[in-house]
Amino acid sequence: MFAPFMENTWITASIIAAIAALVGFFVVLRGATFTAHAVPNAAFAGAAGAGLIGVSSLIGLGAFSVGGALLIGVLSRRGRHDAVTALIVALMLGLGALFLSWSTEYAPEIYSLLFGEVLGLSGNDTSLTAILAVACVLILACVYRPLLLSSTLPEVAEARGISAARIDALFLVLVALATTTAVPVVGALLMFSLMIGPPAAARALTKHPAPAMALGVVLALATVWIAIAASYQTNWPIGFFVGVGSAAWYVLARIGAWASSRVRSGHAP
Amino acid sequence: MSGVLSSIFEPGFFSSGPVHAALLTGAVVAAVSGAVGVFTVLRSQSFAGHSLSDLGTLGGSGAFLLGVGPLWGFITAGVVVGGAMDLAGSQRRNSRDVATGIVLGAVLGLSALLLYFDTTSSSTTGVTVTVLFGSLFAVSGFTVPATLAFAGLGLAALALCHRPLLLSSVSGDLAAARGIRVRLLGLVFMIVMGVTVALSSLIVGTILSPALLIGPAATALRLTRRPLAAMGVAAALGAAATWLGILLAYDSYHWPPIGDGWPVSSFVVALIFAAYLLSALRRPGRVLPDNTVNAMTGAV
Repeated sequence: MFAPFMENTWITASIIAAIAALVGFFVVLRGATFTAHAVPNAAFAGAAGAGLIGVSSLIGLGAFSVGGALLIGVLSRRGRHDAVTALIVALMLGLGALFLSWSTEYAPEIYSLLFGEVLGLSGNDTSLTAILAVACVLILACVYRPLLLSSTLPEVAEARGISAARIDALFLVLVALATTTAVPVVGALLMFSLMIGPPAAARALTKHPAPAMALGVVLALATVWIAIAASYQTNWPIGFFVGVGSAAWYVLARIGAWASSRVRSGHAP
Repeated sequence: MSGVLSSIFEPGFFSSGPVHAALLTGAVVAAVSGAVGVFTVLRSQSFAGHSLSDLGTLGGSGAFLLGVGPLWGFITAGVVVGGAMDLAGSQRRNSRDVATGIVLGAVLGLSALLLYFDTTSSSTTGVTVTVLFGSLFAVSGFTVPATLAFAGLGLAALALCHRPLLLSSVSGDLAAARGIRVRLLGLVFMIVMGVTVALSSLIVGTILSPALLIGPAATALRLTRRPLAAMGVAAALGAAATWLGILLAYDSYHWPPIGDGWPVSSFVVALIFAAYLLSALRRPGRVLPDNTVNAMTGAV
C-alpha cells in the first residue's frame, strides 16, 4: 500500500482533500451545494473532450469547469438559479456523452473518469495539482474576509461596497479550480461529496469559521486516506469509500451535535 | 421535394421498429416530465429532481446486477428515495440542499460500487454507459406498455391534486391556512417526481433526465405566466425536443467523425438548452421569481 508507485497517489489525494474542504466550507456556508455538484460534471465533459483532441486532460478539465461555472453565474442572473444549474449540468453531461461517443475510449476509462481512479498517477500530475492548490489557497487567503462577509451577511457586504456578483464569480472560479485538481483522482460524480460532507460535518460541530475549516480539512484528509487504503485492499472503486465516508462524517457530527445540545440543555440521560 | 424529404428523414426512419417505440415512449415521457417539471421549477426543487435521477443510477445498476429490467430498478429507487428525501428534508432551502447533497453523495458512492460489480461480475461492460446515458433505441417489448402505464399514473396523480399543489407551491402558508396538508402533498409530489424521473432516466439516462424535467418547464415559465398553459407548453416542448433529437440521432449515422451515430441524449439536451436560451431573448427581464410568484398568487 505504501509502495513507491503509490507515493504520488497519497500526496495528490491529500492535497485534494485539503483544498476540497477549504473551498467546501464556503460551499456549505453559501448553500451552493448544487453548484458544487454541477461544476465537476462540467469538468467531466472537458476531460472527455480533451481526450478527443489529444491535449492534456487537465487543460480540458480546467477550461470546462471554469467555463461551466461562469456560465452558471451569468445565466442565473437572468433566471432561477437552481433551474439554470440543472440545465447546465445536463448540457455538460450531454456534451460529455457526445465526446465519448466520438472517441475510442473503452468503458473502464469512462467509468474511472466518473467514479475516480487512484492508481497510475505520475509525479507530473502531483506537481500540477500542487501548483493549482497553491493558487487556490492564495486566492482564498486574499478574499477570505469579503467572501466570508458576503456569504453570511450579503446585505452588510453590499453596503460596504463588496459587489455580490463579483464575489459570486470569484467563488465559482474557486470551485472550478478545486474541481480541476480533484476530478482525475476522485471522479466527477464523487468530487462534490468530498466538498460537502466533511465541511458540513465540521459546521454541525462548530459555528466559528476558522475551527470549522480546520476540522473540515482534518475530516476530509481522514476520508481520503481511509478511502485509498480500503480501495487498495478491496480493489473496489475509491468513489464508493469517499461518498459513503463523507456522508458518514456528517451523520456522526449531527448525532454528536444533537447529543451535546441535549447535555447542555439539561436533558442528559 | 422527395429528395429534400429523404435527406431530412433518412431512408427507413418511418419503417424502423425501434424508432417507432422510441418516438412513442419518448414523446409520452417527455410530456409527463414537462408537466411535472413546471411544479418542480415553481417549488425550487430542481436540485431534488436532479438528485432523484442521479439516485436512479443506484436502482438502474442494482437492477442490472439482479438481472431484472432497469425500469423496475429506476422506479423503485425513485419512489423510495423521493419519499425518504422528503421525510428527512427540512423546509429551509440551504440546509435542505446540504441534506440532499449528503444523501446524493452517499448513494452515488454506492452506485459506483454496484456498477463496478456489474462490470466485473458479468460480461456487460456497457452497463455504465447504458445506465448513465440511456439507450432510447433499445426500448422494446414489455417496457413500452409499462412506461405508458406509469406515465398515465403520474399524470392522473398530477391532475387529481394540481390545484392544492399549485397553491402550496406558490405559498405554503396560504395553503396551510386553507386546511391543505402541505407535508403530505409534498410527499405525494416527490413520489410523482420520482416516477417521472425514473421514466425519463430510461430515455436520456439517469444523469441527463433532469434536462427533460427542468429544461422545458423553465422555458415554458419564461414564455407564459399561467401555470396550466406552462404545463402544456412544457409538455409540447419536451416532446418536440425528443422527437427532433431522435430524428437527428437517426440521421447522424452517416455523420463524421465515425459512422456510428451520435447519442440521442446529447441531441435532446442540446435542443432543450437552445430553447431555454431563445426564450431568454424573447422576453428579457420577465423572469424575476418574485413577479412570477405574485402573478400566480393572483391567478390561483
